[in-house]
Amino acid sequence: MSIQKPLSPAHRPAPLGGSLVTPVTVICALLSAIAVYILAKRFIFGLGAVTNINDGFPWGVWIAWDVVIGTALACGGYSMALLVYIMNKGRYHPLVRPALLASLFGYTLGGASVMFDLGRYWNFYHIFTPGLAHPDSVMFEVAVCISLYIMVMWVEFSPAFFDRFGWTGMKTLVERLMFAFIGLGVLLPSMHQSSLGSLLVVFGHQIHPLWQTPLLPLLFLLSAIAMGFAVVVFESTLATSGFRLKSETRLLAGIASVMNGLLAAYLVVRFGDLAVSGKLGLAFSSGFLSLMFWLEIAFFALPLLLLQGARRNRARCLFIGAVSMLLGGGLYRMDGFLVAYQTGAGWTYFPSLPELMVTIGLIAFEVLAYIVLVRVLPVLHPNKSEPAVAAAVAAE
Amino acid sequence: MTISRRNFLKAAAGGGAVLATTGVADPALARPNLEMPPKAIGLLYDATLCVGCKACVVACREANDLSPVFSTDEKLWDTPLDISAYTFNVIKMYKDGNGENKDQLKDGHAFVKRSCLHCVDPSCVSACPVSAMEKNAENGIVSYDADRCIGCRYCVAACPYGVPRFQYDTPKPKIGKCELCRHRLPEGKIAACAEKCPTGATLFGTVEQIKGEIARRRAAKPGEMVAYERQRVGSGDTHEKKAPRYVDHVYGEKELGGTQMMMLSGVPFVALGMPELPERSYSSISETIQHTLYGGLIAPVVALGGLVALAWRASKNHQDEE
Ligand code: SF4
Ligand code: SF4
Ligand code: SF4
Repeated sequence: MSIQKPLSPAHRPAPLGGSLVTPVTVICALLSAIAVYILAKRFIFGLGAVTNINDGFPWGVWIAWDVVIGTALACGGYSMALLVYIMNKGRYHPLVRPALLASLFGYTLGGASVMFDLGRYWNFYHIFTPGLAHPDSVMFEVAVCISLYIMVMWVEFSPAFFDRFGWTGMKTLVERLMFAFIGLGVLLPSMHQSSLGSLLVVFGHQIHPLWQTPLLPLLFLLSAIAMGFAVVVFESTLATSGFRLKSETRLLAGIASVMNGLLAAYLVVRFGDLAVSGKLGLAFSSGFLSLMFWLEIAFFALPLLLLQGARRNRARCLFIGAVSMLLGGGLYRMDGFLVAYQTGAGWTYFPSLPELMVTIGLIAFEVLAYIVLVRVLPVLHPNKSEPAVAAAVAAE
Repeated sequence: MTISRRNFLKAAAGGGAVLATTGVADPALARPNLEMPPKAIGLLYDATLCVGCKACVVACREANDLSPVFSTDEKLWDTPLDISAYTFNVIKMYKDGNGENKDQLKDGHAFVKRSCLHCVDPSCVSACPVSAMEKNAENGIVSYDADRCIGCRYCVAACPYGVPRFQYDTPKPKIGKCELCRHRLPEGKIAACAEKCPTGATLFGTVEQIKGEIARRRAAKPGEMVAYERQRVGSGDTHEKKAPRYVDHVYGEKELGGTQMMMLSGVPFVALGMPELPERSYSSISETIQHTLYGGLIAPVVALGGLVALAWRASKNHQDEE
C-alpha cells in the first residue's frame, strides 16, 4: 500500500452551482408529480387499483425493481468504501463522495418505496418490536439491515452538510468517529445484499432451478458489489460529461479491473454451482428461461471481454462495459424475482402503466435530487485536473 | 496500476467474514426440519369419499364470517373459482375425457379440497418478518394475526401450496387463510368443514388419530364394505361404503416435512394440482443459511471488528491527504 499523495485544497469537493431549472430537472419534476398522483390512488383504493400484482405474483416491479435492483444500483458507496477504506486504495478517494450521495438517494428512496408496497405499512415498526420481530425470517434481516444502513449513510454523508452550514465542531466529531461508521457501512450492505438473494431460497421449487440455489446469497453479493463499481463508472462518466468536469478515466479504469475480478468470481460460482448440482443441461432445455439465462451471462461476460488491457482506458469502452454489467445484474434480479418465479398454472404478471410510472417517477426524483444536491453541496471535484490524478495513480 | 484479482479477493475475504462464509453450511448450525407438535390436530381429506357437494365451502364461509364470492353475471350463487383472501376453502375438480368414472385418471373425475395444509415446518411462518404467521407449539395450527401483519406478502409468495392470499382491493388489506377454525375450538366445536361434510370426506382429529385412520383405510381390500366416520375420528357417526383403490401416496405425510391436513386419493396428486415436493423443508434450508451467516450475530460482529480496524487504518492514511 502506498503513502497517499496529499491533494491541494483546489482538489477538494465543492458545490457546482448553476441553475436548478433546466429541461432535465423540469421533466424529472413532472414525472415525480405523476408518481405522487398514482400513489395517492394506491393509498385511497388499495394496491390493486394501480398495480397488476396478484396472489400468484404478490411482488411486482415495486419490489423487484425499486427495492432489489434499486438498492443494487445504489451500491456505489458501498463498493467504493470497500475499495478505499477496507482495501486502503486511497487514490480512489475523489470518487467516494459522489458515489456515497448516489447510494444515499438510491437506498433512501428504495427504503421509502417499500412503504408504498407494504399493504399494512402502519405496522412497519413491528419489524423492530421485540417479541414480534422474527430473526429467522430473511425479510426481517433485509429490512433491519437496509434501515440501519440508510441511517449510517446519512451519518457518513453528514460532513458535507455540516460543511455547508459551517458546523465545524459537528463535522470534526463525526469525522473522528467515521471509521466506525465506515465499518458498519460495509458490513450492513454485505449482509442485506446477500440476503436479498436468500429471500428466494424459501420459495423452493417455485424458483426455476437455473436460479434456485443455496448460493443465491453469494451470487447476489458478488454481483451487487460489481454493480456498485459499474454504477460509479456509469455515473462518473455521465457527471463528467453532464457537468463538463474533467474526465476521471484513469481512475475508472482501475475500478473496472476490480469489477472484472468480481465478475469472473461470479461466473465461476454460477457455472460451478450449476455443474456440481448437475443442472447445466437446463441452460439449454428450459426454452424461454434458457434464453433469459444466456442473456444474463452475455451481459456479465461482455465487460470481461471488452475491458482488457489498453481498452480499459477508453471512456467509451468503460461506459459500455459498465452498462452491460448493470444490465446483467439487473436482469439476474428481475429473472430471479419475476421471470423465473413459477407459481403454478394460471398466474401471469406484467406491470401496469401506473405501476411503471411510479417506478419511473422514483428514478426521476432520484436524478432530480442528485442534480440539486451536487449543485448546492460539496460533492464533486470541479477543478480536478488530469495531471494531478495521473500523479496520484502513478504513485502506486 | 491494476489491482491484482487475488489481492482483492484476499482483502475482501479477510475484511468480511460474510463473503467467506456465505453459503457454506456449517453442520453444527444446520437447522433440520421441524417435528410434528405433540398434540397436533388436523384434517383428513379422502378424495374418494368427496361427492363435490361443497357443503364445506359454505360451512367455512359461515364459520369465518365471509360473504359469498361471485364469478357469474347474475351474482346469485356463491361461486368462488379458487381460494382467495375472501374464501379459505374450495373444492376443485379434476376431469379427463368424458369424465364419467369417479376417481379414475382416464375418462374420469376426482375432487380435491384446497385450504391451508398446516405444514409441520411452514414456509409462511419462516418467511413472516413480524410473527404474524405463527405455528402453535401445542396443536400446530398455523395462525394469522392481522394486527401484527405489515402486508409484505412474503408469506403469499413463499407458501409452496399458494394458500395465504392478500386483499388487493382495499386500503386496509389483510391476509386470508384457513386457521383450522381455531376460534371454534375453545367452544368445543371442530373445524366447520369437517362438521358439515355429509360423507366424512373431510374428517377432523388429532394427527395421531388421522394417521391411524389412514392406515385402516389403506389396509382395506378394494371393494369390501368399510365403515367411514363423519365429522371427527371417534364420532361413532358412520356410514358404509365399498373401499376404493387408493394411489400409494399419502399427501402430507412427507411433503416438505409433512402437513397436518393429509390426503388420500384414487388418482395421482399431481393430477389434482398438488405439487411434487422433497422431504426437506424449504424453511430449514433458508434458516440454515441465515443461522450459518448470522447465528448469534457472531460472524457479523467478527466481521465488523475487522472492517472497523481496516477502516481506521485507512482513515489515518487518508487524513494526511485532506
Ligand atoms: S400450507 Fe402454506 S399457509 Fe398453510 S401452513 Fe403451509 S406454508 Fe403456511
Ligand atoms: S403479509 Fe403479513 S403475514 Fe404475510 S409475511 Fe408479511 S407480515 Fe407476515
Ligand atoms: S378448518 Fe375451518 S377455516 Fe379451515 S377450511 Fe375448514 S372450515 Fe374453513
